[in-house]
Amino acid sequence: MTEPQTRHITLRVNGQAREITTPVRKTLADALRTDLGLTGTHLGCETGLCGACTILVDGRAMRACLMLAVQAEGHAITTIEGLAPSPSELHPLQQAFCRHHALQCGFCTPGLLTTLVEFLHDVPNPSEAEIREAISGNLCRCTGYDTIVAATLEAAAMLRPQP
Amino acid sequence: MTKTGFPDARVLGQDVPRLEDAKLIRGQGRFVDDIAPPGLLHAAFLRSPHAHAAITAIDTSQALALPGVHAVHTLDDLAPHLADTRLVVAMPSPSYRLDLHRPVLARHEVVHVGEPIACVIADSRYIAEDAAALIEVEYDILPVVTDCEAALQDGAPTAHRNAASNLVAEMTIAYGAVEDAFATAAHRVHEKLWIHRGGSHSMECRGLVAIPDPVEDRLTVWSSTQMPHAARRLLCDIIGLHERQLRVVTPDLGGGFGPKLIFYPEDVVITLAARLLARPVKWIEDRREHFISTTQERDQAWDVEMATDAEGRIQAVRGVLIHDHGAWTARGVNVPQGAVSAMPLAYVVPAFRMQIRAAATNKVPVTPVRGAGQPQGVFAMERLLDAAARAIGIDRAEIRRRNLVPADRMPYETPIRTRGGLPVTLDSGDYPACQAMTLQGADWAGFEARRATARAAGRYRGIGLANYVEATGRGPFEHVSIRIEPSGRIFVATGAAAMGQGTATMLAQIVAEQLGADMSNVVVTTGDTEAAPTGLGGSNSRQAVMAGSSAHAAATRLRDRVLDIAGELMEVAPADLEIVGRAVQLKGVPQMRRTLAEIARAVAGQAGFVLPGQSGPGLAAAEELVIDAMTYANGTAVAEVEIDIETGEIAVAHLVFGHDCGRAMHPRLVEGQLMGGIAHGLGNALFEFMAYDDTAQPLTTTLAEYLLMTATEMPRVTILHMESPSPLNALGIKGVGEAGVIPIGAAVASAIDDALSDFAIKIDRLPISPVDLLARLDQAVGG
Amino acid sequence: MKPPDFTYHAPETLEQALSLLASLDNARLLAGGQSLMPMLTMRFAFPDHVIDLNRVAGLAGITQTGDTLRIGAMTRQRDLLDHPFVQQKIPLLAQALALIGHRQTRNRGTIGGSLCHLDPAAELVSVMTALGATIEIAGPNGPRDVAMADFPLGYMTPSLAPDELVTAVHLPVPPPGHGASFLEFSRRHGDFAIVSAAVMLTRHSSGHLADAVITLGGVGPVPLRLAKAEALLAGQTPTPDLFTQAACLAREIDAMEDAQIPAWYRRRLAESLTRRALTAAHQSLPGAA
Repeated sequence: MTEPQTRHITLRVNGQAREITTPVRKTLADALRTDLGLTGTHLGCETGLCGACTILVDGRAMRACLMLAVQAEGHAITTIEGLAPSPSELHPLQQAFCRHHALQCGFCTPGLLTTLVEFLHDVPNPSEAEIREAISGNLCRCTGYDTIVAATLEAAAMLRPQP
Repeated sequence: MTKTGFPDARVLGQDVPRLEDAKLIRGQGRFVDDIAPPGLLHAAFLRSPHAHAAITAIDTSQALALPGVHAVHTLDDLAPHLADTRLVVAMPSPSYRLDLHRPVLARHEVVHVGEPIACVIADSRYIAEDAAALIEVEYDILPVVTDCEAALQDGAPTAHRNAASNLVAEMTIAYGAVEDAFATAAHRVHEKLWIHRGGSHSMECRGLVAIPDPVEDRLTVWSSTQMPHAARRLLCDIIGLHERQLRVVTPDLGGGFGPKLIFYPEDVVITLAARLLARPVKWIEDRREHFISTTQERDQAWDVEMATDAEGRIQAVRGVLIHDHGAWTARGVNVPQGAVSAMPLAYVVPAFRMQIRAAATNKVPVTPVRGAGQPQGVFAMERLLDAAARAIGIDRAEIRRRNLVPADRMPYETPIRTRGGLPVTLDSGDYPACQAMTLQGADWAGFEARRATARAAGRYRGIGLANYVEATGRGPFEHVSIRIEPSGRIFVATGAAAMGQGTATMLAQIVAEQLGADMSNVVVTTGDTEAAPTGLGGSNSRQAVMAGSSAHAAATRLRDRVLDIAGELMEVAPADLEIVGRAVQLKGVPQMRRTLAEIARAVAGQAGFVLPGQSGPGLAAAEELVIDAMTYANGTAVAEVEIDIETGEIAVAHLVFGHDCGRAMHPRLVEGQLMGGIAHGLGNALFEFMAYDDTAQPLTTTLAEYLLMTATEMPRVTILHMESPSPLNALGIKGVGEAGVIPIGAAVASAIDDALSDFAIKIDRLPISPVDLLARLDQAVGG
Repeated sequence: MKPPDFTYHAPETLEQALSLLASLDNARLLAGGQSLMPMLTMRFAFPDHVIDLNRVAGLAGITQTGDTLRIGAMTRQRDLLDHPFVQQKIPLLAQALALIGHRQTRNRGTIGGSLCHLDPAAELVSVMTALGATIEIAGPNGPRDVAMADFPLGYMTPSLAPDELVTAVHLPVPPPGHGASFLEFSRRHGDFAIVSAAVMLTRHSSGHLADAVITLGGVGPVPLRLAKAEALLAGQTPTPDLFTQAACLAREIDAMEDAQIPAWYRRRLAESLTRRALTAAHQSLPGAA
């Protein structure tokens, strides 16, 4: 390692305690991808403008490119790899995305899913306009967004407690 | 309407789940940046900060001295290992006036901001960027060419200091008696248009990982390219390798949209660096690099005229297109040629003459972005038709109806030629019916009531339309091979490259349709030179048509073989057999069956024993079906807009898109392609603008400055389908990957004109910004 | 696009943070990182030291005392937006906060960070000026307060010494029954405003306007109070004509010009948004039609 400034940190990622030694200047997104092998968090701009790297930090959706890895010390991170309950099951949002063709190339998809997981937790019964606003910080060049909105409406219904 | 689909099919025409989703939805895709072999080194490029300068010295010593740096390469370092220091990639055309083959790295002159000069290889990208900043380059600033029209004026500085001029290429596409038609026409209209398109902005930028294998003296290059086979050929040529020594693989691609079909300097530098260092090397383009080094479409200036008779029937079209070519020839003149060729396609145009002049500028090279010039050509044609309708005093839809190529003249051979010299023959379609369907879907007839309602509330509402015909499925062939392994699984390999549109699913559908209809039994490999001996990759909305047709032919042949062998094994006539799931069974007697695995094993061969069936060993078929003629898809877009005349804000209220791409093999994938294209088209019409200043410095180099469509800006979109099967391929399909983008700018412009007809405003440029629109409104009211 | 190297400090108390700030050369404070992090990755900023405020105790949180709200500098924009008191009593702030960036950036971005970054188009800069906030600053010589109106010294330049940092924002709670509207024009939802207009109105029982506050963001290097228009409105009966007349005064302002947006366009937006915000604020008054 030729990086002069490094730190050892511990954090929880997708429910597991992890430890890494990281250069202090390394972004959390890069640390997740390269040190923890969680390559589902994608980098589309590295300036907080595309949303592809969105992860959950203590349950809140944030841009992993706008955090340093050292800042994650002691925090709980959820990445796309942590959304599905098991290798054979998908999160309702993931199911709905597949059903509605809400992904094409799939590069922006992880950031959309993490964003929407938090959003549906906060707003269980959203309108179409609220969904569009919630994902206005996630750029997708493939879909034109309509199928994403439709999938989210369906997932919201699946996630709501049945009366 | 005339929706035919695949009525007797088991999987074709169905919205089956995509094969791609299982991994992508869990974040387990394998994009190029996800590939990290042991010992990986990382590259960063030093790029020109100047649009035009002479390089007088390059000093890499400080960069090399930085701990963690393994190499710093300039052209001088790499030249001894290169067969050519230039990328000679221009497609053939007699139109060139300048040879602008770009160098592997700039050495004596830089001609656009972002041009690579040196490459640092280091332990991490962080360190590589540190080192790149330590490279010292001395520049002598040279005059710049920023504007394609000014570039061609006498006395203009030249984009390349030793070039005689900036005229890169010129050609004329012409037929018929144009001058006579103009001399005698009842009406003549004239438009001067300025049309801008920006970059592709796939969410994944470019990148590659080159992994040397010293044991076998081979290299594997994982590249985010739409054309792996072409990349292998070019890399072998320039580095001096046999194809056997180089495998190029396209992993999951985070979008392509055109510029990833180009062969780039970075491809050569990274591959060679890995070979020289005998270490894996990765370079991932960052978004700023994407803005200043990935090819774009940018500017075209059109000066065009149309002559019509008294009833609005087109007599002739003529004009000049000046095209911003950028600093190098990274592909050819296909963008302006495609633009001009697209111009008359939907209509009967008896005489036509367009001159194309491509101008070198000190900007990123121009190559196709989704649509490849066709949106500009359609914009020019549709603006002329709107102008003609105004001049004659007839409805904009009516003038189009009178001129659209009628269904009873299909196939309609036009005098236009493709870039390969083949005649452009519209193969099928009912353009007037498609327009009528779309107008009805948009309630064109009832619009005046909506206008009045909006006006009562102080809003200016307008409606507009545009037609397009798109050349799709460019040949001559695509490779597809199918093999049923002794396990019974079906493996498909193709030279087509998937960019995220569902290519693997589409090919699996075609193959499964013939071989048991079990999608889960089909494994598709795209974009791997090891898996397919040849391939032309992804461009020109060609994958479904070309790879799909080869897949269909190969699968059909393989099905016949399977039934033949099974017939002999089961001692029944092959005609009485069918493939269901993973087995062949006797029709009506499903318990009489042989699995595909059994059949594959039976023809795997055993020394000394006779093979069953008539057709030799193994269960495999490969096809490179040659289809030279392109198939032409068509459509109509109707846009309804509302203008806020205080702010200039343009809100699209509804967009109706009626189209015909032949049979839809997977309707949902078709709609997905269209929606993405429509969003891209709206971006081009209203938001996306790649701005440069007077010194050709790019001004929009982040996604905060270059505005991509977001979910909140998307209008309500309605897509309507018609199906006119193409007679040119067995499946009756046409391409659809680019269609969505093509008519949007023209339809939106038409709608804005209509909304602001009180002010007699005519849109003559794209994109249309609120600032521009308000300036025009001020002019109109004399403010 | 990777950050340059720096030394990282994560103080846990305000005293530690201040002492680091006083002793280190070329240090930058890292709050929510929504502006500093892109400046680092684009290598527009080259600090030798980054002092991360995210672990400093007591810098985040919202407390209400009497008719003042104290907002800790490290309070996330989202937490202020979600605060019931803000939603119920300070509609201008709630409207402005909802327009800041996107869900993901509001979750991380802080009140203090945005104010100190002082982007002229930032919603928080404009709305805090409109609300008459006071900035609480800590330094080696103890705390001091500065009015938000005096906080910007010029373009993106806060009134902060190199050894000072912002600890909180104090907001006077606007009177009950006031009318408020925050409107902005941006190219896309979530983008920085090209121009924003923040309007607050109070009314006498007679129906005349008692007081009007009009603050324009994005037009100049610092937020602009449209004092002439405010004076014109005070004591008048609110009518559409009056609002049009008041908004007309925005035509006279000095406005910035940049590569994409000419000054005249900013003035036009200022006029239009002022009129619309006045109208909306008036409609939000209790009992308004």
